[in-house]
Amino acid sequence: MVKKIIMKSYLGLILLFMYLPIVVLIVFSFNKSKSRGNWSGFTLKWYRELFTNSQIMDSLYNTLMLALISSIVAVLIGTFAAIGIHNMKKFKKSVVMNLTYLPVLNPDIVTGVSLMIMFVFIGSLIGLKLGFLTMLLAHITFNIPYVILSVLPKLKQMNKHMYEAALDLGATSMYALRKVILPEIMPGIISGFLMAFTLSIDDFVISYFTSGSGVANLSITIYSMARTGVKPTINALSTLMFVSVLLLLILINIRSSREEKKKRQYDA
Amino acid sequence: MKRFLSKLLVLAVVLSTAALAGCGTAGSTAGGSGDKVTLKVYNWGDYIGEDVIEKFEKQYNIDVVYDTFSDNEVMHTKLKSGGADYDVAIPSDYMIRRMIDEGMVKKLDFNNIPNYKYIDQKFRDLAFDPTNEYSVPYMWGTVGIIYNKTMVTDQVDSWNILWNDKYKKQVFMLDSQRDSIGITLKKLGFSLNTKKTEELEKAKQELIKQKQLGVVQSYVGDEVKDKMIMGEAAFAVVWSGDAVFMKRENPDLEYVIPKEGSNLWVDSMVVLNSTKHQKEAEQFINFMCETDIAFENADYIGYSTPHSEAKKKMSPDLLNDIAAYPTDEQTKNCEVFEDLAGSIKEYDRIWTEISAE
Amino acid sequence: MNRKWVSYPYLIWMIIFIVIPSFLILFYAFTARDGQGIRFTLDNFYKFCEPIYISVLLKSLGLALFSTFVCLVVGYPVAMILASKQFSKSATLSMLFIIPMWMNFLLRTYSWLTLLEKNGIINSILSFFNLPKIDILYTDAAVVLGMVYNFLPFMILPIYTVLMKIDGKLVEAAQDLGGNSMTVFRRITLPLSIPGVMSGITMVFMPAVTTFVISKLLGGGQYTLIGNFIERQFIQLSDWNFGSAISMIMMIFILISIWIMSKFDEDKGGGAALW
Repeated sequence: MVKKIIMKSYLGLILLFMYLPIVVLIVFSFNKSKSRGNWSGFTLKWYRELFTNSQIMDSLYNTLMLALISSIVAVLIGTFAAIGIHNMKKFKKSVVMNLTYLPVLNPDIVTGVSLMIMFVFIGSLIGLKLGFLTMLLAHITFNIPYVILSVLPKLKQMNKHMYEAALDLGATSMYALRKVILPEIMPGIISGFLMAFTLSIDDFVISYFTSGSGVANLSITIYSMARTGVKPTINALSTLMFVSVLLLLILINIRSSREEKKKRQYDA
Repeated sequence: MKRFLSKLLVLAVVLSTAALAGCGTAGSTAGGSGDKVTLKVYNWGDYIGEDVIEKFEKQYNIDVVYDTFSDNEVMHTKLKSGGADYDVAIPSDYMIRRMIDEGMVKKLDFNNIPNYKYIDQKFRDLAFDPTNEYSVPYMWGTVGIIYNKTMVTDQVDSWNILWNDKYKKQVFMLDSQRDSIGITLKKLGFSLNTKKTEELEKAKQELIKQKQLGVVQSYVGDEVKDKMIMGEAAFAVVWSGDAVFMKRENPDLEYVIPKEGSNLWVDSMVVLNSTKHQKEAEQFINFMCETDIAFENADYIGYSTPHSEAKKKMSPDLLNDIAAYPTDEQTKNCEVFEDLAGSIKEYDRIWTEISAE
Repeated sequence: MNRKWVSYPYLIWMIIFIVIPSFLILFYAFTARDGQGIRFTLDNFYKFCEPIYISVLLKSLGLALFSTFVCLVVGYPVAMILASKQFSKSATLSMLFIIPMWMNFLLRTYSWLTLLEKNGIINSILSFFNLPKIDILYTDAAVVLGMVYNFLPFMILPIYTVLMKIDGKLVEAAQDLGGNSMTVFRRITLPLSIPGVMSGITMVFMPAVTTFVISKLLGGGQYTLIGNFIERQFIQLSDWNFGSAISMIMMIFILISIWIMSKFDEDKGGGAALW
């Protein structure tokens, strides 16, 4: 019992640490003044302004589309890549892994600029301009390693012989993959997907250099506001995004726990 | 676990479709229609009146793609790579010089920009565009000291106050090589465009001395505004446009342009060489110089306008504020930045030595 | 095993989007552009050997290492608690560590300024209770705090994912055989979680070395880390050659550290594969 209390309070403490800045952000989205240094009363005007600001709305749309598509593609490519890498011989494996780490360990600015040079060069050959597509390709590229990095440990942990046993019992390799490997590594895939989605939302530098005219994402809009001051409109938007994710999470939870209850009753 | 993933996907899809529905217009404008010209404008973030673009689109039947950047160098890198095909950009003085030298901007046809006549004489013939062929000024300002009257008893009229060891940890310097070294050169009585090694060396010693005196709390960027409003330090080196905002938020703050002189900066509109719509680009620039529009922009941004008629429409309070509209006497020692060209590496080495001190 | 083909799409992707850009960087690092055009040179590397740059590099590596260590010490227990079946909704709970990242990075870091400043929120609360003020903004402590705050989820998640898969029966069996909880942890849980720990360390350490926004905002401009330095070469100075050379040097450092870690992983993790 004591142990449980200690565990809970430790977890609470860490969550407090994670959420303290978020709370501050949310509070300041209701601040009348444009400055975070000055609390001058409660207002909802930033929320109203938000929906009339087409620049912010456009970049929100770009951000979410980009995050969704890039993380799905990254999960598909990355998961299969991880399975392949897992089965590679030692030398080949370490070469591929080191290359995989490159976009993660390169400073964003280096990845961003080098991708930009390449896109501009290839683009001039095949008539492709910097735009949503190039930005998407860049996002997929920096997302894949995170998927691989979260799936690989699960593969390492998996019982090697299970897959072979399935084959011996007559399963096709596709079937065995679906029924044996995927369920085992699913938690890794999920955290990889989440990580990819989140990183894509948060990225500024790489997005900036690989985007073309008319396709700014939220980070680009926010960073470019810095000179004249990031307006609380952005805080308001972040608050809405945050609250909607949180609400959805809670809803899903309530529903699934109801389902579980039903199931348990049924089982009994 | 599998169910969890599908839930997550649902979550993501719901969010995205919500966004999609919310910005249904986004897709349609991006598509563009037949022979309507699309003009691509590249500007600092939050640096234009809220419905100015819309007004222009209606009046001229031109679509505008409007993008923003966060600093001159980042913008330059992007444009230089050939990856971006903008028609109009609004960089700062020294960057315009560099872009002219690198052949990135076009000469303007001033027959299409009759409203240029409203631009104050003070902002013509400037060093970065001495013959007024390439650029039309958009906003301007100075660099100076903002200080908190409740924390400072001395008279503030010189850069020397930032080297006074009475004020331990009370100074915010700008985290910008060009500006911090520039004001130090001014303090020492040199030009802030100097390329002379011995003058730069003296400035370096001076900045190191300032750091050793312990007066500098930090070298900061845009966050300095909030910090001064909160009273985190007594002094900060700031841009005048921000000073107007800070003074409004915290009346204890006061802005001065030190008597040794300082930097006078100008952000100007240019047409980029890659443009296919020079005429429309010039129409846009002309539109931005219409009195009402220039006023709307300056009023929204809070920076100072070089437009003589728009200035007349400003409130008397603002016109008397030295942060917004200093007199010619107050700016007589100020200089406009020129492009440093090769010396920029010298600056960077100095800056690294200071920051590693 | 004929499963290798599944990684081919990735290998092709990698060649186009990772290998080619890396060669570009390599090309820039070994060349210089002067009046006559582009020529091969090692100058960019010699230039870096000045003591001032080396000290910047060492400082960055040191800070990143320390932050990674803090993340591990703080994050491992979190992962264990999440995986401990004490909470029926541990997957949801683990998501709580990712959601903060949905708020823009710049905004979150500004938020820390609001919290940590001299007249900031934390100090206001402390002075309300007559406690001494803390003054850590613009110090190593603030930079480490910023790094830990931003990268902690990257440590927690991989460890949590791995811990979730550890067979509960194994732990029970060990307990039945008389192992106390400390022994069980040392002999069973810890060795089995090593793959997750490794992946966590990698995912924290690498971005921590190259960050420049955290050090800029929380450390102040007097605080040059290698990430800031590279950023300046690319953006302010347009010296892509020197910038590329520095990032190559850094890559080498990091690849060496990954290599050392993977050695370590092979030795210890080998046991885990037996189960």
